[in-house]
Amino acid sequence: MDFATFNGLYTLFLIIIFVALIFWAYSKKQKQSFEEMGNSILDDDLDSTEYESNSSEHTGAKK
Amino acid sequence: MTTATNIQPDYNMKVVRQFTLTTILWGIVGMSVGVLIAAQLIWPALNFDTPWLTYSRLRPLHTNAVIFAFGTSALMATSFYVVQRTCQTKLFGGPLASIVFWGWQLIILSAVITLPLGYTTSKEYAELEWPIDLLITAVWVVYAIVFFGTLTIRKTSHIYVANWFFGAFILTVAVLHIVNSLAIPLSMSSMKSYSIYSGAVDAMVQWWYGHNAVGFLLTAGFLGMMYYFVPKQANRPVYSYRLSIIHFWALIAVYIWAGPHHLHYTALPDWAQSLGMVMSIILFVPSWGGMINGIMTLSGAWHKLRTDPILRFLVVSLSFYGMSTFEGPMMAIKTVNALSHYTDWTVGHVHSGALGWVAMVTIGSLYHLVPRLFGQKGMYSVALINLHFWLATIGTVLYIVAMWISGVMQGLMWRAVNADGTLTYTFVESLEKSYPFYTIRLVGGIIFLSGMFVMAYNTYKTIAAKEGSIKPQELG
Repeated sequence: MDFATFNGLYTLFLIIIFVALIFWAYSKKQKQSFEEMGNSILDDDLDSTEYESNSSEHTGAKK
Repeated sequence: MTTATNIQPDYNMKVVRQFTLTTILWGIVGMSVGVLIAAQLIWPALNFDTPWLTYSRLRPLHTNAVIFAFGTSALMATSFYVVQRTCQTKLFGGPLASIVFWGWQLIILSAVITLPLGYTTSKEYAELEWPIDLLITAVWVVYAIVFFGTLTIRKTSHIYVANWFFGAFILTVAVLHIVNSLAIPLSMSSMKSYSIYSGAVDAMVQWWYGHNAVGFLLTAGFLGMMYYFVPKQANRPVYSYRLSIIHFWALIAVYIWAGPHHLHYTALPDWAQSLGMVMSIILFVPSWGGMINGIMTLSGAWHKLRTDPILRFLVVSLSFYGMSTFEGPMMAIKTVNALSHYTDWTVGHVHSGALGWVAMVTIGSLYHLVPRLFGQKGMYSVALINLHFWLATIGTVLYIVAMWISGVMQGLMWRAVNADGTLTYTFVESLEKSYPFYTIRLVGGIIFLSGMFVMAYNTYKTIAAKEGSIKPQELG
């Protein structure tokens, strides 16, 4: 296999990996767990600046 | 400095406090040197005929101070804070974190001494000579051990996306620094060394390093900051966590190829130049994906911008990020680069990223951080944060607009030819035309720097106040 063919196949391989990544990230199965990850940083309560008006707005998760 | 607060007893916040305060200090130092050299470009006599005050020695001091003292201290502060909070565990390695802090300060002090003395490798953004390079490597390895060690002992099931960006930044900067700094000292007792690379290879390695310092230190690291502090300050989860995963892999996969755009129309092979150009244009997509993800986190909560100047800092920093990551790919196109390269346009582009994105996202994050680190419910004065916001924004806009105009004018004057093929303008004519814009740039820089003093005062008052005595405020 010459260098150009190898480069072409390698590029194709990377494209497939990337498209697979997109399908994985946007699959229905993952939706719940990614939303939880996004919300996770808002759940810890060890925060000196927390006050009441800030508490119940954690519903902005998208897609 | 206060010792332990009663809020987060299990975390190592001491090192975060130290890095937070030195970030502000080195920001003021680095930007002051920048203001001085901006003034020297107008009044060259400001070097006072002193060798260590010449522009050529202070310019690398300015860039090293703002990138590695201000910017990297900010990244170390925020990465140590975020990794602890998101992994819900204390920093790994106990006293190692202190070694990172004091080691990094020692490196900064060595730079402050050696650069004005004229010790330089002459590699841009990698000017420090070999003994300091070795020290950087050692401290960086300890930094990586602390950061990745903390990830391995995390109490959470997943690794929050901000840590992915911080991790990519730490890992890549280690590789970049070691490869680009490979050099052979003249002797063990000499500061002088010679790079193991030569010619076009040396240039390519240098700009592979240089552009990825932009891509992984000044971009990926600060995106880590963005993915934690924007959601926290807005009190909403990031717009799309799924997009953040695509953003991460696309950004790190593409950035690493963009370096050759610094070497258009040089001895670098044409195919490498074209590759660098194409990859730089593709880079626009992940850059804007990330920017949109950050800004849209505020969707449905835009009203908070009216009352919260910290959010203003964060959102405007993302706007500048979007602007400079649009401008960058444009400037990487060879025909545009033929006009823009070597002119002030480049300087303007860099500062739209450095002041508008890096400094403003840092400032916003620090205003979020300082009350939490020192046991207060908010900064001493929200009005002063707002004042700082306007000083920073006006300073940045003056700076970059002046450099755009000056840069395009220089590019046009340098390429103008008469009918017989001779140059229409001498170089010194373009320099004379640049003076008014250098003055506007200096004014912009002074305004931006004055905002940093406001921040230092506000931070001092916050720390000095009795713990818990500052009440949360909103802008009226």
